[in-house]
Formats: sequence, C-alpha cells, structure tokens
Amino acid sequence: MNLLLELGEGLRIALEAIRANKLRSILTTLGIIIGVVTVTLMGTAIDGLNRAFMESVAKLGVDTLYISRTGWFVESYEQWMSLRNRRPITLRQVLGLEEEATLVTAVAPIVETMQSVKYRDREAQSVRIIGTTEQAVLTGGTGVARGRYFTAEESDGGRPVCVIGSDVATNLFPHTPPMGNQIKIGFQPFEIVGVMEKQGSFLGAFSLDNQITIPVRQFISHFWHDPDFQIQVKVANVAWLDEAKEELRGAMRKVRRLEPGEPDDFDINQQEQLAERLAVVSRTIAAVGLFITGLSLFVGGIGIMNIMFVSVTERTQEIGLRKALGAKRRTILIQFLIEAAAICILGGLLALAIAWPLTLALAQFMPARLSLPLVGLALLVSLLTGLISGFLPAWRAARMNPVDALRNE
Amino acid sequence: MSLIRLQNIARRYQMGAEIIHALRSVSIEIRRGEYVAIMGPSGSGKSTLMNLLGCLDSPTEGDYELNGENVSEMDDNQLADIRNREIGFVFQTFNLLARATALRNVELPLIYAGVPAEERRERAREALQQVGLTDRVQHRPNELSGGQRQRVAIARALVTRPSIILADEPTGNLDSRTGEEIMHFFDRLSGAGNTVLLVTHEESIADHAQRIIRLRDGEIAADESRARVPEAPA
Ligand SMILES: Nc1ncnc2c1ncn2[C@@H]1O[C@H](COP(=O)(O)OP(=O)(O)O)[C@@H](O)[C@H]1O
Ligand SMILES: [Mg+2]
Repeated sequence: MNLLLELGEGLRIALEAIRANKLRSILTTLGIIIGVVTVTLMGTAIDGLNRAFMESVAKLGVDTLYISRTGWFVESYEQWMSLRNRRPITLRQVLGLEEEATLVTAVAPIVETMQSVKYRDREAQSVRIIGTTEQAVLTGGTGVARGRYFTAEESDGGRPVCVIGSDVATNLFPHTPPMGNQIKIGFQPFEIVGVMEKQGSFLGAFSLDNQITIPVRQFISHFWHDPDFQIQVKVANVAWLDEAKEELRGAMRKVRRLEPGEPDDFDINQQEQLAERLAVVSRTIAAVGLFITGLSLFVGGIGIMNIMFVSVTERTQEIGLRKALGAKRRTILIQFLIEAAAICILGGLLALAIAWPLTLALAQFMPARLSLPLVGLALLVSLLTGLISGFLPAWRAARMNPVDALRNE
Repeated sequence: MSLIRLQNIARRYQMGAEIIHALRSVSIEIRRGEYVAIMGPSGSGKSTLMNLLGCLDSPTEGDYELNGENVSEMDDNQLADIRNREIGFVFQTFNLLARATALRNVELPLIYAGVPAEERRERAREALQQVGLTDRVQHRPNELSGGQRQRVAIARALVTRPSIILADEPTGNLDSRTGEEIMHFFDRLSGAGNTVLLVTHEESIADHAQRIIRLRDGEIAADESRARVPEAPA
C-alpha cells in the first residue's frame, strides 16, 4: 500500500472521526487555540514594536554622535551617584570642541526646556523649546518645510527668531500662514522665520513636532543662564565613526581640562546603544510571549494526547478489524497521527480566525499586521503539536494485538 | 499439496502464575476447496485455532504452513500482508465500520492492498452483488438488518479473492432462519471452489460442511469427512 494512498485514507478517517465528535474536538483544541492566538499576537506585536523602534532609532542617525554629561542609560544607583558630580557641559566647551574636531561636519549645542507659547488669543501648553545653533539643521537631519532656519549670525547675535514644529504651526495658526508673525514664548516675543518638516513621534512617547527651535544665545538670556549642554555631532563619514568618536573624546578631555589619568567626565552616545536597548525590550516581550505560548501549547498538547487516548480506546475494535484486514502498524500509526494533526490544525485555523480581528484592533495602537509567514508559523506550530502529542496514543494503537483488539466488546 | 498444514501446534496463555493450554498439540491438513466446520464446547480452543489459522496470532510451539509459506516465522508486517492477501474473515459480531457505507466497508481490505479507487469500487460493487445487496450499496450498517450486515461482511471477506474464508460463529448473533440464509452463501462460496472454514457449536450449521473437526480441551477429539449435503436449489 503506497504512502500517498495511506495518507489520503488516514485523512478521510480522521475527518470522519472529527465530524462524529465535533464538540469534543473543538473543546480539545482550546489549549491549541490559546497557544496559537498568543503566538500570532506576540509575533504581530514584536513585529510592530521592532518596526516602530527601528523608525525611531533611524531618526537618531547612524552618523550622529550625542555627547552629554551622562550616558543615556544609567545602570545602577551607584553609577548615578558618581555621575551626579560631573560638571555640566558649557557653551564655551561646545565651541571649543567645534574648533578641535576635524572629522565632523557639524557640531550643535542642544538645551531644552518646556514653555507655553502664545499667538494672540491662542495658546499652546508645554511646548519643547530647544536652544541651538544653525548647525542643528545638519546634525538633526530634519529640514525646513517653509521659510528658513536661522543663520549663524542670528545664532551668535541672538536675534529673537524661531523655527516652529509642524504641530505648533497647526495649533497656533490654523487659518493664517505663520511666517513673519510674532509669538510669545513664555513672556518673550519671537519672530517666526520657518516651519520644520513633520517628524512624527519618538518611540511613540513624545511628538517631535510640538517643539520650537531658537538661537542658543536667546535661550540662555531668557530661559536658562547656566544650562548643561548636550552636543550633537555629525560625523563627516560613517566609516570614520570610531575614529571620530576617539577624536571627540580627546577634544572633550582637552576643553574640559582633564588631567591625563583622570577618567572621562562625559559620555558619547550613539544610535547603536539605543538599538541595543530596544532589542533587549523586544527580546523580553518575545520571551514572555514564547513562555505563554509554550505553556498553553503544552497544556493543549496534553489535552490532545488525552483525547487521542480516549479515541484509540473507543476504537479498539475498529483498530483490530483494520489490522485483521491487512492494515500494518505504520498504517494505523499514520491514521491516528493524522487525526491528532487534523484536530490541531482545526484549532490553528480557529485561532487564526480569532487572532485576525484582534490584530486589526491592535493595529489601532501600533503598526501590527498578521503576516503570511506568521500564519504559516501558526499552522506549523499546530501541526507539530498534533504530531508530538498524538504520537504516544497512535503508537499504542499501532502496536495493538489484533486478537485482543477484536475481542474487546 | 495442502493449503494449510499445522504441525504440533500449541498455544499457551500466561494468566498470572497459571498457564492456560488453549491448544495442546494440534496437527491438521486442509486441502484447497475443502469446506470445514470446527466444533467443540465453549473453551475448547476453537477461537484460538481460528486466530492462528487467520494469522492474527502466532503459536507458542509448532509450525504453520499456509500456501507453502511458513507463517510461524513471520513478523507483524508480513502477517498483515498474508492476512490481506490470503484470508477473508467473517466475525460473529459482523465488525463493520459504523460510519461507513456498505460499499466502503467492502472496499476496506482493497485499500490496504493498495488497489486504486476506481477498481476498488468496481470490485466492491461486484462482491455486494454476489451477496444480493446491490440495492444496499450506500446504506450504513445501522440501516441494515443483522442478516444484511453479515452479508456485507461476507462480501468484504471475498472481495480480495482470498485463499481461505474463515468464519468464527458467523450465525451466532442471528436467528436460525437468518442463520440458514447466511449459510447458503457459505455453501455457494464453497461450491464455487473456495476454501471455507467455520467455527460453530450448532450441529445444524456444521452439517453444511464436508468435514467436521471436533476439539476438546485444546486437542482434536475427532476429524471426520462426510459426503456433501446436496446444495439447496437457489
Ligand atoms: N487472551 C487469552 N488470555 C488467556 N486465556 C485465553 C485467552 N484467549 C483464550 N484463552 C483461554 O483459552 C481457552 C480456549 O479459548 P477459546 O479458543 O476462546 O475457546 P472457544 O472459542 O472454543 O470457546 C479458554 O480457556 C480461554 O479462557
Ligand atoms: Mg470462541
């Protein structure tokens, strides 16, 4: 008897058996359903998060370094205590660094604060105010949509001009073009010279469009006299990233007048560090998801095994008869494996029918979608669960002695 | 040459500490085309002998040669093959698949023989026709009477054109009139040249056979051949 015929016959018997026990079969698949729903939702979520992460990380730029008093990630209380005493980075040091660095195309000091902003009778609360120089347009990588950025002279001289984010523009100027108008940041009047391109949000946490950029001198004189600066540096060539980092380290030590042997009192951050962090987060989600999936598949598998043992016992006579008529061990084994697999695939399909609308709901909050590989994975997982948990019962059926099986009444 | 040759066959069962001698030392030869009834009181070893003859079970001792092949040496898969090719079973309790139609029940041994679907259906239909069930092909067992079910089982036994047809108390679950009807089919099979072996404890059923082997306590008590009872006109 050839294998294809055997598989076809096995499938036919399995479907007959499942049809004869519809409710039981569906209840049995509950564990599989939960497992597969979890695996698809987790897959979808991780997929979506990864994509969101990658977009955010990309905004940091591969060729951009971020120098600050402390690193982005403080691992422990002790570390934080030691970082606490580091001196702030001053504007003079930033300018000194700009002088020293050769492998870079732009160096921008960055300070920020929150202010409310007014135009006539319209007001926007908690707008991020960034003080920087004209170089930020190079380091930040976002362009101006309308108007212009402020010039080097305006950065130095401190004329009260500003470039507003697209959210600020729509909030304060729903009907009129914003350019040339005066807004009040806090109590200070600023003239709008440009509107930034739309940037979206960072990690879904805050909008990059609800911000206003002003010349750093203006920032210092109106909002914060002695701020701790961050420095954005654009490296001339990505290939030189490591060399540039070394050069910047040396330059920073020089402008901060560190003695040889003294440790660095600043940190140079880059995209990679954030990417690593985010990878940890998505790995954690994956681990939790896999754990839940594994657990429910395990429970589901035990359920399948149990129901298959019941099925084998109920059909002892049938097995005896089939063997008497010439069915080999392999034939019986395949028949029951197919039955277990078919029940699980049924569960997998039900699970996908449940997961699909859930994914659509999830898509409201994050970029989620039920991808084809994920559907394939779900069905494969169902199939494997069926084959693994069906094996013992099928093996028992295959090894039955036909005389004993036939006698069973 | 004999179709079946049993030599000093013993079959023992271990029940805890006790050993049950179901068959002690049985030697039988059966030629092709014989019509044999195996009789004996309950517990005398009739079913055990049938199971051995049907290659469903292996002897504890002795040799079994079927159609020139030594069956006592074969493994599980080879036995399955032999059963499929050489033997047609008819059971006391019919043993039909409840969910399958008469046609599919009869097709079953052909599936295991690897016969393609088209030919399978053709041969199954033919076999059902031979037992007079042409109009019951699509019925399921629960839509058939006891006698009709046993006729489906007979069709299933002969569809593979086996060397031997084995029937263990084929009329045991039927009333005597239906039993006689069923025996009519065995008579016809025998008349057509088939080798038929049946187990019964009813003399009236055994009377259909040409040869009666009587068992007692796992041994052959008598083995008598007789003139054939003339077949009732169909
Ligand atoms: N699987 C078995 N295990 C133990 N004893 C058995 C088994 N099968 C049959 N026997 C015993 O073997 C003897 C013969 O049984 P059997 O062949 O069924 O007799 P019969 O069919 O003539 O009534 C009986 O004593 C029975 O109890
Ligand atoms: Mg018996």
